[in-house]
Amino acid sequence: MEDLKLPGIDYGALLPMLILFGAACIGILLEAFTPRRSRQVVQLSLAFLAVTASFIAVIFQHDTRKITIGGAVAVDGPTLFLQGSILVLGLVSLMLIGERQIERGGPFVSQAAITVGSQKDVKQAGDQPGATEVYPLTIFALGGMLLFVAANDLLTMFIALEVFSLPLYLLCALARRRRLLSQEAALKYFLLGSYASAFFLFGVALIYGFSGGIALGQVHAAVADPQRSQVLLYGGLALIAIGLLFKAALAPFHVWTPDVYQGAPTPVTALMAACTKVAAFGALLRILYVAFDGVRWDFQPVLGTIAVLTMLVGAILAITQTDMKRLLAYSSVANAGYLLVGVLALNEEGLSSTMFYLVAYGFAVLAAFGIVTLVRDGDGEATHLARWAGLGRKSPLVAAAFTFILLAFAGIPLTSGFTAKFAVFGAAVEGGQTWLVVFGVITSMLLAFPYLRVVVLLWLSEPSETTPTVSIPGFLTSAALVIGVAATFALGVVPAPLIDLTRDAAQFVR
Amino acid sequence: MNDFPFLSILTLLPLVGAIVVALVPKAKAELAKTIAFGWSLVVLVLSIVMWIAFNAGGDRFQFRESYAWIPSWDARFTFAADGIALVMLMLIAILFPVVILASWHDVEKSNRSAPIYFSLLLAFEFTMIGVFAAADIFLFYVFFEIMLIPMYFIIGSFGGQRRQYAAVKFFLYSLVGGLFMLAAVIGLWVVGGHTFDWTKLTEAASSIDQNTARWLFLGFFVAFAIKAPFFPFHTWLPDAGGAAPAGAAALLVGVMDKVGTFGILRYCLSLFPEASRWFAPAALVLGVIGIIYAALLAVGQNDLKRLVSYTSIAHFGFIGIGIFAFTTQAGTGSVLYMVNHGLATGLLFIVVGMFVARRGSNLISDFGGAGKLVPVLAGVFFFAGLASLALPGTAPFISEFLVLIGTFTVHPAYAVVATAGIILAAAYVLWMVQRTTQGTLNPALAEVPAMKKDITLREKVVVAPLILLIILLGFYPKPVTDVINPAVEATMSDVGVQDPGPTAVVANERVAR
Repeated sequence: MEDLKLPGIDYGALLPMLILFGAACIGILLEAFTPRRSRQVVQLSLAFLAVTASFIAVIFQHDTRKITIGGAVAVDGPTLFLQGSILVLGLVSLMLIGERQIERGGPFVSQAAITVGSQKDVKQAGDQPGATEVYPLTIFALGGMLLFVAANDLLTMFIALEVFSLPLYLLCALARRRRLLSQEAALKYFLLGSYASAFFLFGVALIYGFSGGIALGQVHAAVADPQRSQVLLYGGLALIAIGLLFKAALAPFHVWTPDVYQGAPTPVTALMAACTKVAAFGALLRILYVAFDGVRWDFQPVLGTIAVLTMLVGAILAITQTDMKRLLAYSSVANAGYLLVGVLALNEEGLSSTMFYLVAYGFAVLAAFGIVTLVRDGDGEATHLARWAGLGRKSPLVAAAFTFILLAFAGIPLTSGFTAKFAVFGAAVEGGQTWLVVFGVITSMLLAFPYLRVVVLLWLSEPSETTPTVSIPGFLTSAALVIGVAATFALGVVPAPLIDLTRDAAQFVR
Repeated sequence: MNDFPFLSILTLLPLVGAIVVALVPKAKAELAKTIAFGWSLVVLVLSIVMWIAFNAGGDRFQFRESYAWIPSWDARFTFAADGIALVMLMLIAILFPVVILASWHDVEKSNRSAPIYFSLLLAFEFTMIGVFAAADIFLFYVFFEIMLIPMYFIIGSFGGQRRQYAAVKFFLYSLVGGLFMLAAVIGLWVVGGHTFDWTKLTEAASSIDQNTARWLFLGFFVAFAIKAPFFPFHTWLPDAGGAAPAGAAALLVGVMDKVGTFGILRYCLSLFPEASRWFAPAALVLGVIGIIYAALLAVGQNDLKRLVSYTSIAHFGFIGIGIFAFTTQAGTGSVLYMVNHGLATGLLFIVVGMFVARRGSNLISDFGGAGKLVPVLAGVFFFAGLASLALPGTAPFISEFLVLIGTFTVHPAYAVVATAGIILAAAYVLWMVQRTTQGTLNPALAEVPAMKKDITLREKVVVAPLILLIILLGFYPKPVTDVINPAVEATMSDVGVQDPGPTAVVANERVAR
């Protein structure tokens, strides 16, 4: 009888993930043993510490290119770059999540299980401090995302998908205000997310049947073999893609996005818009570039159609929105379309430009949602567009920052939005996908309209009685905004260092 | 002297000025205005020094500077000026101090912040100088897009009626053009060997596949045709020109619209010579339609600012046919027209602004016999009108004449139709002057106290340099044409066309055979 061999484990390469999962477990223990008063400080510090430590671990690993623990995890250039991006963006999201100055008790409810509208609920909405479970949940989600972009076999990828999705479902339900909307968002996200996971899992099963293995390298080898069942291959690929397209919010799998973005607490929306996008596209890149690049001619037109559909749906529906968070949600749908254009270049340029776009968009969207948390009235955030009229007169600084971010979304030069769009479109033309670029340009024109409408509201409309006040941001939100705006500017003016970084990282191991 | 980094300093100087002026508190409006005016004078002085340092008979591109920016895309901060860019830079440098002085009291009527207004003007000067000084297509595109932002806020925040509508329309039109150009820039970058350097790209241009080149030409051309604007992409200009403050409107048509025609000369023609020749007939037709159509619309306008905007569209038709006639005469005429139009229409807009500021209305029907109240101002208005209809002795006459004879040698039919535009120009200018300043005095006008005040010293200082230049260049355009000619000749040789010989010589040769 053969000895059972343990696979070699490179703990160093796994360290970023181990730190986060460890910290999340400690966070749960702290939740039980720390007095309520000091929980906020302790948990927030732990979260910051963990994310920072994990980021440092990623930096230390920057030269690692290997596949470890029995082929389950690949630590290579794209993995490390995307992990680093998730951690930095996650750190900024944590600043928004940890803010307690803007609103009494913070943006989160203290006990989500209390029936909405009951007397207890009214009381807790008034003064009780928000739940501190959000920190371990966030760390778990970030840890899952790190694993998701590193997963080198389909089952690990599925597990990672669940690890980062489940905390997000919960976080969506924890808004302090508009409890029903928040719970509805969580339920919607959970139900649709479960379907997507089921699709993904079914696809994994078909691919296992097709290739006899779940490691991406095995799938790659099997794809090259024409003797195998093409039905299983295409069926499996389609189902796996559906699961990923759902997470990345690509049409027609985007319908959850506006509702969830609107209902979730705004800091969590920011986390989803920035970090989940990175994770979802990271996994999509790996699946398409590593496992299925042998059938690129078959999926390119299909995904290309999806990209066009996504850009059109996002742009057109963004025009009709009257709620700021929903507008940003549709804008993020359209941006997912631009990202897919970059992915479909299917060359090294495509990989590096998509990664650049993810970081650029992440910072901009964090700043955008950060500003949304500031514009409030007596009932919490005032997200209706009409309420933002004349804000530029009342709070020029915040309005100027928001205008700058909107210009970045519109792709005006000297913002990261322009360089990022230029990068993905350039890669797509290079990869022979000029038709996608044409649609990208056309939808950019459409998208400029809603952004410009907001700019008009901010600056050119007279402020009315109902124009809400802008709360004075606490230190954490200020820091997040400054980082978001500064990064958006810096990546627009001096993008060269990050572009070089993405280029150096643009090589998958198989 | 030529080693001095003129262009980068000239570009950055107004940006620094804009930041300084923006930091002045709202209450100290006078200080902000003085700084802005002084700053624009410094830019003017530097431009004059640069003009003197420019060697008209030397290299095509001078004052070249290049700094690394995004190495992996080969995008660089490259500045260089040929004769065409140089005269445009000079025009910008002259018009901005004039406009700043002309806009001195524009903001006072509203509760808007004066420092912000003048800061936006300087920021606009920064983008304008940048767009003409850039010799790297990526850099050019960046300036081409960001120029919208200061102008958008100038129109939207400080404009007159329907300013929001006009500002959004202006922004969206230009952005649409810009995005077409973005697609073309990306395409050019990929097929042109991953570089943005204008010189390298013109060398690589010959190897671009014919069909691709035509599509890329179209991408650039649509952007420039919207910016210029050529018929049928012109509808934003009357709204923007009508709503913008008069000074800003002078800059809008005097400087910014020239980016379109400049872009066609520098980028469309030199990068895609074959496509330019292929599209030339269509462009000529658009130019001729623009001349006639816009002139007819101008005749029917009752709003002074919209009227002047329509005259501009007609003038851009002339510039367009001059460019696409592909003769050196017509090309030089077009570039000279760009300069003269900036001076003449700029003057006209500024004078209209003086009338509007007094009367508080843009409508011609609100005036009538104004010459009896403000005779000197009415005289300046008449002069500006005559310059704008290209009366001999004023600068625009020379350029219009050059365009027409240059076009006539190759496309007589277009030249003949375009000449009809001159007659229409006389009609709309003279009618405008007559209905505004001549005839019986409108009783309502006499009751407006501000109308009793004739041209002030400040206003005299504003109009004097423009009037002087219009007369000077009307009699002695040589200093300008000397600078323009080599650049136009070089552009024509890029396109690969040669001037036709004089017809008489051709006839003699035929006889000799």
